[in-house]
Amino acid sequence: MSEPMAVPQEAEGWEPRIVAFFCNWCTYLAADLAGTSRMKYAPNARVIRVMCSGRIDPQFVMQALAGGADGVLIGGCHFGDCHYQSGNHKAARRFRLLKRVLLDMGIEEERIRLEWISAAEADKLRDVMTEMVEQLQALGPLQLEVPNEEFSEVGELAEVTA
Amino acid sequence: MSEKPKVAFYWCSSCGGCEEAVVDLAEQILDVVAAVDIVFWPVALDFKKADVEAMEDGSILAAFVNGAIRTTEQEEMAHLLRRKAKVLVAFGSCAHMGGIPALGNLWDRDAIFKAVYLENPSTENPEGTLPSVKTRLNGQYLTLPGFYDTVRALDQVTTVDYYIPGCAPTPNVIADAVQTLLSGDLPPVGTVLTPDISLCEDCPRLESKPQDLSLESFKRPHEVLIDEETCLLAQGLLCMGPATRAGCGSLCINGNMPCTGCFGPTSKVHDQGGKYLSAIASMLSALEDDDIDAALDSIPDPIGTFYRYGLASSLLRRRKTTSVDA
Repeated sequence: MSEPMAVPQEAEGWEPRIVAFFCNWCTYLAADLAGTSRMKYAPNARVIRVMCSGRIDPQFVMQALAGGADGVLIGGCHFGDCHYQSGNHKAARRFRLLKRVLLDMGIEEERIRLEWISAAEADKLRDVMTEMVEQLQALGPLQLEVPNEEFSEVGELAEVTA
Repeated sequence: MSEKPKVAFYWCSSCGGCEEAVVDLAEQILDVVAAVDIVFWPVALDFKKADVEAMEDGSILAAFVNGAIRTTEQEEMAHLLRRKAKVLVAFGSCAHMGGIPALGNLWDRDAIFKAVYLENPSTENPEGTLPSVKTRLNGQYLTLPGFYDTVRALDQVTTVDYYIPGCAPTPNVIADAVQTLLSGDLPPVGTVLTPDISLCEDCPRLESKPQDLSLESFKRPHEVLIDEETCLLAQGLLCMGPATRAGCGSLCINGNMPCTGCFGPTSKVHDQGGKYLSAIASMLSALEDDDIDAALDSIPDPIGTFYRYGLASSLLRRRKTTSVDA
């Protein structure tokens, strides 16, 4: 593990996988609007609709990353617009603390992103999505799985000690 | 005569506190000894690995293994005891969730060896000798167990039947668990042998916990005079009670110190640190980004605080291996 792992061969045709949590009242509608407006943007995100960005448990983000996502995008309402008054502020606090933890865990900053995108901002959604895919493509796959470690010498020890 | 159920104790990557915990049973240990035959306990009795290997598979009723799995030797012993025991019990935080040793998962073997054997100011090692699995010396081989990059909890190495949590498990928890195991009325496999509720629900200070907490920042225990009656969270201390399983008898709380989370999460939580992170971020009153960051600066070591005992069994398990800079 001392040497950096080579980017896997499959990187050739590799596409980043993004799990996106979008608030029901704004960003999800922005994605809807982008669709009905026939905007084109990167298709890399699997969108999960939540009632509020404040509903997003940091465990969701970790589970997504541990489960093979290369990045997580959270979309919520602008400050002042939250359907539930302050859910987005709560999301902001959790996100900023989560980000500190993930940075310490060696996960690059660009892999998790929080954006306030209103129901009218389909173009912002498109731009964020496209930019995030570009950034993830530059970073490569996340590869969080813990590698199997083997000690070839240990097998030989049986002979040594026999 | 020797028809008593057989039990074994073993330690892996641990501090020895769990062995102390068994001795801390005090007079109760006599009841345990009266009820069982201890067939293997390296810290106290002179049985060898070969004695265990000679036993029939499944002939030990219960093996209590404490400590995380850091080396090839520990892994081998975990597999051996798994084979010989009907019931394998992860004993204490390290076997349960990785424990303190699992904080080593923020680094890797090379970084740890470098720090410990080369760069530590009190280390004298002019030849730069590092531990190696096989060393030839004067025509003989010296051997050491292999040291893994990643610390694992016991159930990440072999199947575990029950968990006794705690750093270290308290005498009551141990006695209750042993009673349960000896009664023959076994709970479902995978059970953590303590109540499945959060420590807050069991806390003597619960009544002083406000419905909605609103904190400007967090305090560390040495920074404040801690009131002995009031909820520690309400005093701004990072108490892990909301994300930690009950059963310890609120020992730390009664000692006027915040919970550090050694009993691990309840069964409803996947990632204790993630859950706690979520809870305390919600309690902050800051609304704007700059204020939030200023408030979060009052948590100097988020991973060491949220994952003090649970990094190995967390969702992410270790620092990402591809970007470790030694």
